[in-house]
Amino acid sequence: MSKKFVVGYDGSEESRRAVDFAASQAKTSGAGLVVAHVLEWSPYSFLTPEELAERHKRREEELARAEKAVMGPVRENLADSGVKVETVIKYGHVADTLNLIAKESGAEQMFIGRTGQNGLSARVFGSVAGSLAQTATVPCTIVP
Amino acid sequence: MKPLFTAVAAAAGGLAASAVPAAAQSIDETVNQLFAGSTGWFVNFIFSPFPGTSFPWIVAWLVVAATVFTLYFAFVQFRAFKHSIELVRGDYSDPNDAGEVSHFQALATALSGTVGLGNIAGVAVAVGIGGPGATFWMILAGLMGMASKFTECTLGVKYRNEYDDGTVSGGPMYYLTKGFAERGLPGGRFLAILFSIFCILGALGGGNMFQANQAHQQIAGIVGQYPGWITGVLFAIVVFAVIVGGLKSIARVTEKVVPFMGIMYVAAALIIILMNADKIGWAFGQIFAGAFTGLGVAGGMVGALIQGFKRAAFSNEAGVGSAAIAHSAVRTKEPITEGFVSLLEPFIDTVVICTMTALVIIITQQMIIDPATGNYMLNEAGTAVATIDGNSGVSLTSAAFASAFSWFPYVLALAVILFAFSTMISWSYYGLKAWTYLFGEGKSKELAFKVIFCIFVVIGAAANLGPVIDFSDAAIFAMAVVNIIGLYLLMPIVKRELNSYVSRLKSGEIKKFK
Repeated sequence: MSKKFVVGYDGSEESRRAVDFAASQAKTSGAGLVVAHVLEWSPYSFLTPEELAERHKRREEELARAEKAVMGPVRENLADSGVKVETVIKYGHVADTLNLIAKESGAEQMFIGRTGQNGLSARVFGSVAGSLAQTATVPCTIVP
Repeated sequence: MKPLFTAVAAAAGGLAASAVPAAAQSIDETVNQLFAGSTGWFVNFIFSPFPGTSFPWIVAWLVVAATVFTLYFAFVQFRAFKHSIELVRGDYSDPNDAGEVSHFQALATALSGTVGLGNIAGVAVAVGIGGPGATFWMILAGLMGMASKFTECTLGVKYRNEYDDGTVSGGPMYYLTKGFAERGLPGGRFLAILFSIFCILGALGGGNMFQANQAHQQIAGIVGQYPGWITGVLFAIVVFAVIVGGLKSIARVTEKVVPFMGIMYVAAALIIILMNADKIGWAFGQIFAGAFTGLGVAGGMVGALIQGFKRAAFSNEAGVGSAAIAHSAVRTKEPITEGFVSLLEPFIDTVVICTMTALVIIITQQMIIDPATGNYMLNEAGTAVATIDGNSGVSLTSAAFASAFSWFPYVLALAVILFAFSTMISWSYYGLKAWTYLFGEGKSKELAFKVIFCIFVVIGAAANLGPVIDFSDAAIFAMAVVNIIGLYLLMPIVKRELNSYVSRLKSGEIKKFK
């Protein structure tokens, strides 16, 4: 199995920097790049009966939109980078799911951007970078 | 033509002259009379007692069904209890299905449709009339009802319709049609249509007007009396915004607050019970003694039993078929897993929440005991147990909680209003599914039902239409008549699913993901 790096991507400027950095690292070490997009989702949230009935349809729509609006451009950008690129879209808690993707793809390293949030909201809700710093199962680079 | 015209004009004039001062009153009365006259037979039929007793046959119908399912599935509600909790926790959910409806979400949504007035006011009525012993029978009915829910929700998922656009529709009307056809039984379509009609009536009545009415009573109880239509219009606007305008945020807030309210209610009840820890043994003694002797309540042991059974059925809706509609949207390859999850519903609703209400009422000694005999004293009319200040229904629950926390009635009023709102949202969906089953899917058809639903919110809050409420309760129970006939005929299918699932679980073919 060839080497793989996972990079978290949500379409933001910060995550784009992480993808660029991860791509250059992957190129120098000859690794493939797994671009992962996680849609925040909790199985313990509350929905109305109507939302329950439409959930499967909405999920398909959300996946299609993520594929087109988020993954499409990044794949295009990386097309002539010389790095082998895979994309993964998953639902779940962002940090946990990135760990899971790293595990499933057998990745050696992980790259994420950071949103630069500080103060109250980061304290209350935590941050993806913060939790990955604590929980990552492979070396994780946080790209400023 | 002329004499007729004159006569009509004269009559109209006379009516106008005499009716002006009490116009609203007379409209209410007219509606009441018309409604009672045309639907009274139906209400009387549904709630009629067995000859020579005061035991309504519909209560026996529900309890017998729950007992049959309990025995037929060999006490599945106890055997599968642990597995049910593991399913809700997501232990068996494939992480690749994340983003789909989880077992927890289906359960939470179905629960917010059933937890409500039945748990607060209904239990107070049961204990107020049937004494503490009613609690025992209520818990028993709740435990048995778990098997009914298990049966109907399994079928709901198994025979749901999945459309090309990815949406689903499920519920008794679908399993009655498809399940009957699969077993080669006649009449499935007829029962499905009958069920849909009762479901629409139940949704507009018990799931809407009754809720709006009770919510108004609560608000009026705090801010003072004012016309009910004001509450009705406000509620209707919010309901309209959610079900027609697609304003999910309001619904989502409610769906979040309702479970919180439920937990807070149980927590407050537990605190009160612990504050009176020395009386817990005594309270359970009263419950057991009352269950078999009645402790002097009207109707004795049978009175306690009827009240307990009746209120449990009102509260958890097991066998009614409504929950099968809510549960059918879950994403699972195994319909039976949703059956397992749904059996937790009567447990949480009746065995936990209703019992808490009953214990608080008993332990705070709201009901007056004759010191000489140890039996409960009856009120002047001899119909119910005498209470401090003569409270009954929701005010009895309120007084019981207020005896420990003086501010609790305000929280309770808020809880009742929110429970009423979430029950309305749930039932608007149940009614809609029955409506689209009858008239077909389509934007304009759905809109028609939703607008009718909102109009009934106003009517329900504006007037105290006793016969209309009676009728809507009867309609909800009529759903159970149709649904349970279907469940009896389709239960072998559920058994097959159950056996297959259990053997695959044992062989390790069905694995935990966590």
